[in-house]
Amino acid sequence: MSPGTRTKLVVLGALGLALVLVPFLLPSAFHLRVAALVWINATAALGLALLMGLAGQVSLGHAGFFGIGAYATALGPKHLGLDPLLSMLLGVAAAAGLALLVGRPILRLKGHYLAVATLGLGILVHLVLVSEVAITGGPDGVQVPRLVLFGWRVAGPEVWYAITGIVLLLAAWIALNLEDSSTGRALRALHDSEIAASVAGVDVARHKLVVFVIAAVYAATAGGLLALFNRFVTPDVAGFLRSIELVTMVVIGGMGSILGAVVGAALLTVLPQALTLFHDYEHAVLGLLIILFMVFLRQGIVPGLAGLLVRRRPA
Amino acid sequence: MNRRLLLVSVASATLFAAASAARAAEPIRIGSFLSVTGPASFLGDPEKRTLELYVGKINAAGGVLGRKLELVVYDDGGDANNARTFATRLVESDKVVAVVGGTTTATTMAAVPVLEEAQIPFISLAGGIEIVEPVKPFTFKTPHTDKMACEKIFADVKKRGLSKVGLVSSTAGFGASMRNQCLKVAAAHGIEIVADERYAPGDTDTTPQLNKIKGSGAQVIVNADFGQGPAIVTRNVKQLGLELPLYQSHGVASKSFIDLAGPAAEGVRLPAAAMLVAEQLPDDDPQKKVVLDYKTTYESTQNQPVSTFGGHAYDGLMLLVRAIEKAGSTDGVKIRDALRATKGFVGTGGIVNMSATDHMGLDLSAFRMLEIRGGTWKLLY
Repeated sequence: MSPGTRTKLVVLGALGLALVLVPFLLPSAFHLRVAALVWINATAALGLALLMGLAGQVSLGHAGFFGIGAYATALGPKHLGLDPLLSMLLGVAAAAGLALLVGRPILRLKGHYLAVATLGLGILVHLVLVSEVAITGGPDGVQVPRLVLFGWRVAGPEVWYAITGIVLLLAAWIALNLEDSSTGRALRALHDSEIAASVAGVDVARHKLVVFVIAAVYAATAGGLLALFNRFVTPDVAGFLRSIELVTMVVIGGMGSILGAVVGAALLTVLPQALTLFHDYEHAVLGLLIILFMVFLRQGIVPGLAGLLVRRRPA
Repeated sequence: MNRRLLLVSVASATLFAAASAARAAEPIRIGSFLSVTGPASFLGDPEKRTLELYVGKINAAGGVLGRKLELVVYDDGGDANNARTFATRLVESDKVVAVVGGTTTATTMAAVPVLEEAQIPFISLAGGIEIVEPVKPFTFKTPHTDKMACEKIFADVKKRGLSKVGLVSSTAGFGASMRNQCLKVAAAHGIEIVADERYAPGDTDTTPQLNKIKGSGAQVIVNADFGQGPAIVTRNVKQLGLELPLYQSHGVASKSFIDLAGPAAEGVRLPAAAMLVAEQLPDDDPQKKVVLDYKTTYESTQNQPVSTFGGHAYDGLMLLVRAIEKAGSTDGVKIRDALRATKGFVGTGGIVNMSATDHMGLDLSAFRMLEIRGGTWKLLY
């Protein structure tokens, strides 16, 4: 068994185990809802983890793609009378197209141009969602029709838990395969040194573009899932703070680690719920915890802990 | 060995007694999710303070149905997704009997499906008309709507014998929503909207829009917005020397508007809740006692000026307590029925008469028409 295949099995096995165990440990509808939100956020963070960890690029407007997925799912049925699932797929395609359009010229440049461009893009998407009240419903949000698959009304936290979990598993599987592919190796090479990689014959711009589009697709898929799950979306989903939250999930969990993105998403989704016992101080405690994690596990939680384990192991 | 057994049995007996005593006086749990932080915190913060203050007072006075109230408050930060999660938590984990909360229309609308499905009475503190139109079986609200503000203004315009209105509004949430409502109800009030100008939030000058209104033959100007925009419009109207009466909305009903607009604010009229002019209300006004009581209680304990938003929370809590007492039970459907049957409840927002088709229960008398004179509010009627 190659090391790559072993990592794949470990990561997918750990995720699958968590997916099966959570409903037994925390059976209430509230806990399942929070868990489903973790899977949704993790799907979006996963795409960003690929972009940040593999390609070494940051997207500061990733919630913009998330918002495109969410609002396509809401507005397709409302204005065009389309099926919500079809609208969601169209939204994902639109996000991919937009990423291609924006990424193509920018990723030819070196440095932080993508971060700045995506920052602008995210703010633009949010602005449109807030101000085009006649189309998007404005800051008060818009309702999403219930998903009906072949006459089956998709409802209930248990069902959504399963759906979002399966999507995450699928997303993780694709990400792991990408990491282990020639594209993944090329990306790692250009992350270490773009010049060395291009000298070795790697098409730097094309590979970066591929992973950027994949990241956008992951975010839009997560956005569409959130819209269908909540059956209500507001422009907050595409806000700048959401973008920062996604980046934080990736950094805190461990950049370039698939499991890290999931752990980071879980932490930032569950902690605010757990910290309500601190009442007025919950935001201060949340901030403190994030700082402590970054100070003591500088590479992120998953790589950091893995590193500790390896070091402790007797030689 | 024997002594140990004795100790154990004494301990368990004490525990059992304590547990059954606790069950007899088990508190009534009331849930709330509010935007205490984030962009809507100027609404959510006084709401939270008010709920905590009055739950404490009610408990000190013996509680409801002989049981104490227990308040569970979560801060949704103004995010609709969080609001929905907290609503689920209130239903599933905290097992609350009713919810008073929902600072913004967005957070309210995100939570409505959860609470409706669980059949838990929900009194929202947000303005949006879509919360109660169409009527949802378990959803109520306490604040006035934008539609009522338009109607109150239009009634006053008619009273002056005028009918041609130039509308200028912000493209942001509140302004856009009020503009839609004003356009909708204008014709029914015999008002003709001769100009419909808009500006973006953050614009520092609105003279182009006002010049267009000047050329449109408008007899009055109505501005729908809150925050800095209305102060800019008010100053621009004065700078252009427009001699038209200017109406603002209830969105500017705070002292900071008068400070921002300066002398240009003289003569501006606006509909507002009674709270703003509590002292000026005539002694026979049924709201005077309620509003003054709330104002003194809030200001003496919180060390900050009272706001109408905290008043919405006061009204919501009091409506709920009244309904629980009338229902004599904490059953969701019974509380809902009692809420629906509310008649003649005097709150800070107005006199509430609910029905199966009206889950807000306020009429135009809930708004007072004010004019700014000498740098302060003057109650007209």
